[in-house]
Amino acid sequence: MFQRILIANRGEIACRIIRTARRMGIETVAVYSEADAGARHVAEADFAVAIGAASASASYLRAERIIEAAVSSGAQAIHPGYGFLSEKLELIDACEKHGIQFVGPNRRAIESMGSKIESKRMARAAGVVCVPGYDEDDQSPVRLRDEAGKIGFPLLIKASAGGGGKGMRRVNAADEFDAMLALARKEALASFGDERVLLEKYIVNPRHLEVQLVGDRHGHLVHLFERECSIQRRFQKVIEEAPANHLPTAVAEKLYEAALRMGQVMGYDNAGTVEFVLDADQGDTPYFLEVNTRLQVEHPVTELTTGIDLVEWQLRVAAGEALPLTQNEIHRSGWAMECRLNAEEPEHDYRASLGPLIGYAEPDKQAGVRIDSGLHACSEVTPYYDSMLAKVIGFGATRAEATARVRLGVEQLRIEGVRTNASLLLQILQHPEFSAVLTTRFLDQHFPNGPLPEVQQRQAHVLAVAAAWSASQPVHNPVWGGLRSFRITAPSVGIGRGAAVNLQLSDVSATTSEAVRLMQTGGVYWLPAQPELQARVVHGAQGWEVAVCEGGVLVATVHVQHTTGQRWFSWALGQSRVWDIEHDLAHSLNASSAQSQGNNLSASLPGRISEVMVQAGDTVAAGDPVLTLEAMKLYHGLSAPVSGTVRQVHVKLGDIVGQGHLLVEIEPAPDNTETK
Amino acid sequence: MTATSKINARSPAFKNNQQSYSGMLTTLRERMAWAVRGGGDKLVQRHIARGKLPVRERIDLLLDVGSPFLEISPLAGWGLYNNEVPSAGAVAGIGIVEGQHCMVIANDATVKGGSFFKETVRKHVRAQEIALQNRLPCLYLVDCGGAFLPEQDQVFPDWGHFGTTFFNQCRMSAEGLPQLSAVFGGCTAGGAYIPALSDEAIIVEGTGRIHLGGPPIVKAAINEVVDGETLGGAGMHTRVSGVTDYLAADEHQALAKLRQIVRHLNMPAAASAPPREVLPPRFDAEEIPGIVGTDLKQPYDVREVLVRLVDDSELQEFKPEYGATLVCATAHIHGRPVGILANNGVLFSESSVKGAHFIELCNQRNIPLLFLQNITGFMVGTEAERGGIAKHSAKLVYAMATARVPRLTVLIGGSYGAGNYGMCGRGFAPNFLFAWPNSRIATMSPEVATTVLTELRKGSLKGNSGEAELAELARETTDQFTRQSDPYYATARLWDDGIIEPTQTRDVLGLCLQLVAQATPRATGPSPVFRM
Repeated sequence: MFQRILIANRGEIACRIIRTARRMGIETVAVYSEADAGARHVAEADFAVAIGAASASASYLRAERIIEAAVSSGAQAIHPGYGFLSEKLELIDACEKHGIQFVGPNRRAIESMGSKIESKRMARAAGVVCVPGYDEDDQSPVRLRDEAGKIGFPLLIKASAGGGGKGMRRVNAADEFDAMLALARKEALASFGDERVLLEKYIVNPRHLEVQLVGDRHGHLVHLFERECSIQRRFQKVIEEAPANHLPTAVAEKLYEAALRMGQVMGYDNAGTVEFVLDADQGDTPYFLEVNTRLQVEHPVTELTTGIDLVEWQLRVAAGEALPLTQNEIHRSGWAMECRLNAEEPEHDYRASLGPLIGYAEPDKQAGVRIDSGLHACSEVTPYYDSMLAKVIGFGATRAEATARVRLGVEQLRIEGVRTNASLLLQILQHPEFSAVLTTRFLDQHFPNGPLPEVQQRQAHVLAVAAAWSASQPVHNPVWGGLRSFRITAPSVGIGRGAAVNLQLSDVSATTSEAVRLMQTGGVYWLPAQPELQARVVHGAQGWEVAVCEGGVLVATVHVQHTTGQRWFSWALGQSRVWDIEHDLAHSLNASSAQSQGNNLSASLPGRISEVMVQAGDTVAAGDPVLTLEAMKLYHGLSAPVSGTVRQVHVKLGDIVGQGHLLVEIEPAPDNTETK
Repeated sequence: MTATSKINARSPAFKNNQQSYSGMLTTLRERMAWAVRGGGDKLVQRHIARGKLPVRERIDLLLDVGSPFLEISPLAGWGLYNNEVPSAGAVAGIGIVEGQHCMVIANDATVKGGSFFKETVRKHVRAQEIALQNRLPCLYLVDCGGAFLPEQDQVFPDWGHFGTTFFNQCRMSAEGLPQLSAVFGGCTAGGAYIPALSDEAIIVEGTGRIHLGGPPIVKAAINEVVDGETLGGAGMHTRVSGVTDYLAADEHQALAKLRQIVRHLNMPAAASAPPREVLPPRFDAEEIPGIVGTDLKQPYDVREVLVRLVDDSELQEFKPEYGATLVCATAHIHGRPVGILANNGVLFSESSVKGAHFIELCNQRNIPLLFLQNITGFMVGTEAERGGIAKHSAKLVYAMATARVPRLTVLIGGSYGAGNYGMCGRGFAPNFLFAWPNSRIATMSPEVATTVLTELRKGSLKGNSGEAELAELARETTDQFTRQSDPYYATARLWDDGIIEPTQTRDVLGLCLQLVAQATPRATGPSPVFRM
């Protein structure tokens, strides 16, 4: 085994590789650009070597700098992580030249899989099914039409020389084919000077499935089951899980078999992933897409469900060891789910969010929650590299448990200073369709405008906390207490006028206060200003779970807890808020001393004025002594009923006054609403 | 035994029924929305601008958070006075204040200044009846201008008119049922007696005012010129006249004070929890419209309705194979026992005596009765008369009228003729009576009435001259009976306590059963079950 390895990467994957290396007793060398001098992976590695300027092309993408660093630091192997140089032949070749072991598969495997056409050819030769299509030289319309018929509709006509969607046409039915072919050819010719086209089956609702392979140099090759990565945004994976949900065993078996066959023809000898697409509407045949000849971002979900450390296996097989387990000894149990946290603002078309962190805290270590992060408290998010900051992985016996734990992890991972996609992730996890069959169109279908905007998120909190408060108020009567807020005048469906509750809601963190009028119709709570947002409350072991829906679609599940007194706590969408809540009538009885005399002071019984402490124009505070009245041999001190200015004193020392005699008039101070 | 259901919710008949019924529900909901709008946006806004709260907001604030409000007759006044008197200008109903059931009677000043129409008085008196029967404190939220003078002959002189409301206040106070008022607006003339005859009264400073005669009457009577505040202002009445006991700075404070008074009433604690765990029906009440439809001539098995109303859909049916046109069964609703009599066709002698026998059983066992009316009447014809239908049906009426347990009635279909009486119609003073929007109430159906009247006329018209006259009579009769048997015609005039949706029925009955259980002491005195 190696004594020292260099990690040609940064961020969470560099930190993750360091973790395994340290456990195996292997020293690590980090490399870093100028922008990453204070980065976490640099702090965590045993050694660190600067390799260049901030931009990736001046540092992490320069093979010769990395080799120099390896040589100078005495590293015996280079782990490339993912991205950057991980699938570039130049790094392998440079390693070869300097006698350094590359932690990855053999050169031929990387080379063949680097070309889409080559990889497809190899797949077909190995009997692995690719997306049905036609890409041969016979371009006669008759042949193309014939092939189109075999492929079936809908299909895509693509320019052979093309890319970027130019010359691409979707054909929905056979009778459209000729016209679309003509258009596609015209476009292809105009754009690329080449009118040749290829045909490909169009999969309307694709699922993204992939199989983890590991091979060694002794001819062993195993699969570690499948992962599903259908939740994607513009071809970027967002949430991944293992196993795939709603996947028949027969289809899974087909996946493993096809993946192994690919691995065999490649002579695969490290960790790699074979990607497939499955038609969610009709297919039970997965179509081969491509092979990633490296460790994948989403590898932790495989690790948690198989108990295998993939980085360890990579290092072992790279060091020439045989695989520690045979296929029969590899088992899978439980469910794992990964969320990628990116520095971006999904609310604003996913624009990048950059800058130094002002706070960072990972959740306390807890069963079933794993955080793979490249951040620490002094990290800065720079524009030079990938926006992915950290991964949260949840593991449990069932999918529901894994989902709950990954959600907990995302909610508790505090990244302050830059905006992240945390609220989008949480909204996806809570979406009712998330437990159905997932397809890569999920985000377009259910979150076409990104996550719920901030104003709405706040409204969801307000509604939820008010609803939970209302639901928590006991009605002390049998039967009646159970039929909460029943109104004959409220319709049994919809949200016509039901019962109203008026509350004062103070946002303790924002020190703002607002009057909230909460309506309840049947079991549904809503706010008159926003009737489309509707909440239902369930009392659980941990307080209240409030489901907030908009137009029938769940947008948030808000946890609400009563802490003490008026203090309430709400927690959802990656945000927690603290509230003080009071019913509108709560203060009414002591709010005003109008029960006495309003703004003026009158004699409550007949007597003699024995002392006058104020004169017109004086400023008085409520409760200040103003006069003393002597009556029935007792002295009665009279005080100002409100704060304000003395307008007039109607008596002088020694005056005899009758009951009800007006003594002093006070002009209340303008903002004087309370007089306690 | 838990009943079963034979309903096919996918059948065309079911779908048809459901569709026609949903039209009726839409109408009901529109009219409820009318009722809760008060005097309309403009007047409500003006009301709010004066620092006053709309009447239903006052009630929401007054009740415990989460309390149901069993409002009676919200559609009173529908179709009368150009629809300008929603809810008859007053909201009345039962809610929980500080854990105590109370009858709330509240004027809506946005509706004709809160003045009293014939229907307002009826609602007021009916609310007091319910309060007396169920031993509820009465909370009057007063904001009214006395009798609506153009209708004074309908409001003032008779038994059941304005005077009766004061009579009731006095008698209830004597019975130990607190009568409490909060005065939010002007109380002139008759209105002044509501707080004046209350055990305790609160008045809101600035807007509350009480005088037997307002400034115009004072000017006319004794030529004194005085402003309203001096004459009957809140401060004056609380500090000088003592007509009111508490001065509130605003409406919120008045309502808070009222709650505080109720908290200290020292009323006996409410009855115990229901004897059974509450289980929802096994069949969906949403299906009731698809079962009953809107065509009263289409028969259906009323058990299909029952299993959608009672706990766990469990019915203990009495004499199931005798007198099948009256289904008698004990069951539970929201955990409370109930003895149900439900029409399943025309009443024969057998069904009548079965019903009488069943009522006696419920009497002995202290089980409240629930009458579900869908009846064209008692059987007619020679055979029926020779069988003594008149005396046998009379047994049902005797038993029903003298039952020692509380009685609830819901009109779920036709309520025609003597059937209405035998099945505890309004004339027999059930504790509560509600109607479904598909129900009809009249001496007979429009078709029968038209036939009867034209036949009678034919008999008196000798010869053939009267064809046109007969046709005209037929048209008029059909019109009259159709219009007058409409449930909204009935509820507008307070012949019932309100129209409710089938899906609301179980909850409304649950509220009522709990209420009557709290209030009604078990009847005693020896009486056997007369086997009929």
